[in-house]
Amino acid sequence: MFEEFFPIFVLIGISVFLAFVLMLISWLLGPSRPNAPKLRPYESGMDPIGDAKERYSISFYMVAMEFIVFDLEIVFIYPWAVRYQELGFGTFWAVMVFLTILTLGLFYTLKKESKNFSISKAKQV
Amino acid sequence: METFFFVFISTLAIGTALAMVISKNTVNSALFMVLHMLSVAGFYTLLNAQFLAVIQILVYAGAIMVLFLFVIMLLNLDEDEKVVSKIDFKQLISFTLALVVLAQLLYITGNYAGVLPELTGEPIAAVGTVEAIGDELFTTFLLPFEVTAILLTAAVVGAMLLAQKTSNVIDE
Amino acid sequence: MEAPIVSSYIIMAGALAVLLQSAAVVVYVERRVAAFIQNRVGPNRVGPFGLLQPLADVVKLIFKEDVTPIYGNRVIHTMAPMFPVITALLTVAVIPFGDGLFITNLNVGVLFLLAVTSLGVYGVAMAGWASNSKYSLLGGLRAAAQMLSYELPMGMAIASTVLFATSLSMVDIVNSQVYWWGLFVNPLGAIIFTVAAFAEANRAPFDLVEAEQELVGGFHTEYSSMKFGMFFLAEYMHVVIGSMLITTFFLGGYHLPFAGYYAHILPEAGTWAKAILDIAVFLGKTGFMVFVFIWVRWTIPRFKFNQLMSLGWSKLLPLAILNFVVIAFILMLINS
Repeated sequence: MFEEFFPIFVLIGISVFLAFVLMLISWLLGPSRPNAPKLRPYESGMDPIGDAKERYSISFYMVAMEFIVFDLEIVFIYPWAVRYQELGFGTFWAVMVFLTILTLGLFYTLKKESKNFSISKAKQV
Repeated sequence: METFFFVFISTLAIGTALAMVISKNTVNSALFMVLHMLSVAGFYTLLNAQFLAVIQILVYAGAIMVLFLFVIMLLNLDEDEKVVSKIDFKQLISFTLALVVLAQLLYITGNYAGVLPELTGEPIAAVGTVEAIGDELFTTFLLPFEVTAILLTAAVVGAMLLAQKTSNVIDE
Repeated sequence: MEAPIVSSYIIMAGALAVLLQSAAVVVYVERRVAAFIQNRVGPNRVGPFGLLQPLADVVKLIFKEDVTPIYGNRVIHTMAPMFPVITALLTVAVIPFGDGLFITNLNVGVLFLLAVTSLGVYGVAMAGWASNSKYSLLGGLRAAAQMLSYELPMGMAIASTVLFATSLSMVDIVNSQVYWWGLFVNPLGAIIFTVAAFAEANRAPFDLVEAEQELVGGFHTEYSSMKFGMFFLAEYMHVVIGSMLITTFFLGGYHLPFAGYYAHILPEAGTWAKAILDIAVFLGKTGFMVFVFIWVRWTIPRFKFNQLMSLGWSKLLPLAILNFVVIAFILMLINS
């Protein structure tokens, strides 16, 4: 079991190493002549107005929040998708109930969002 | 080889956990926590609990920490705010109390050391696969599974309502 | 498990070499195809037919100055480009390239894939935040929200594929398509997965992350030199990986169409001929999907952000769930 994961650990090592090497190459070989306009954040050639880190639309938090919930839904579905032949029709209806409840939740949020604010109507973003 | 990996991952896990607590920049803390989650997933692979290992990455590192990071990044927290500005009396007391709790916890765990089953990869290998989890989840734990659906829906609807309330306040 | 531990490292080396090279090849192909579609010539100066153009680009990127904006977070700014490259390289671990030709055959391969994909969000979010530029932050946020949203239909579409294989191992999924490809038995799932793969790779028509007219360069506005090069490399590696995944899940992986019906005339498993045939078939399909990626980019105009979000949440996700339910029901009826 652990043997199957072992190549993945090796691959993690290799890819992290590769990423560092790529980063170092240009850091070592590229020139370094910084000056003030170059280091300033780009804002179409003007002096930046204010700080970039302001509060942003709550829609982004909602996306992350809803993502967690429906990600969990998918995680719960996978074990069933693997074993549904053995588990039989009884669990099919159980999973239907599970999916129906969550889909109702999804439709509720979509309806609410289309009325008030939304992930689908984040205008200022 | 497995022992080497255990030591490596443990060091990583403890190191990142400490770094998370110590680092002053909250975004750095969150990123260290992501690394910590990943090393915990490494432990699960060592224990042959493969389903848990990937779920640990998928749900904790890939979903929950993203929300944390969003919140931290966009709430515009002041980076210069010191965690410990100056040691005052209150902090001294809380530190002592924390030590007491830690001692108690260690003492209790010590008492139960003999009772705990010897954990090795073999017994977990039988229950750690997706197949085994599927069989258990959809027979023995069917009711909790359904209740989870209601819980998750409640979470979505609740978040929705909270967000909505704020937006109404802004509108008015 | 017959996974050959010795040769899996050889496969790993080969896969990494192919993947890193393929990014350069795809960049060249994309520019040539774009030129062809737009009735231009495209790069043709460096080397024969401009074939050395990607190499020239890389050399130029390496010798450029590496600028980090002053108000940003230096460490995170440096670390951010590594994330997409690392996740792209990790994905290759579970993809089977041929009969017995895989780096590792995980029992939870599909979930591993989703888990690695979900980590890709950090790269763009960190890049956008650490630059401390408004364009970057907006681009990073958009990209993160987009990648999160399209992971859900993607996961659901893969779940409908898992129903046919009743296994989370990628090898089993490929082998379940030896008679009928996933595309034929699960067409809706294939479409949903393809759309989600486009969105995950931040490719047109979902490339509003770097909508020049609004956001300059999106989350990599403040990146230069090889740091930008890494985002660029990762984007094209994700195109290749996305094509490989579409091939694996819905185009039968390394199997010829309906291969199960005439398996007796194909070379026997375990021989060199079979291995070469498998890899050729796999790379052929992947190449075709890469071409589709490029073709779509120069055909379909860019979405607006609200269209993108409503497509993901209110159309693709319910459709994917419905698709899963219907397929599960039919398969249950057939088997009981």
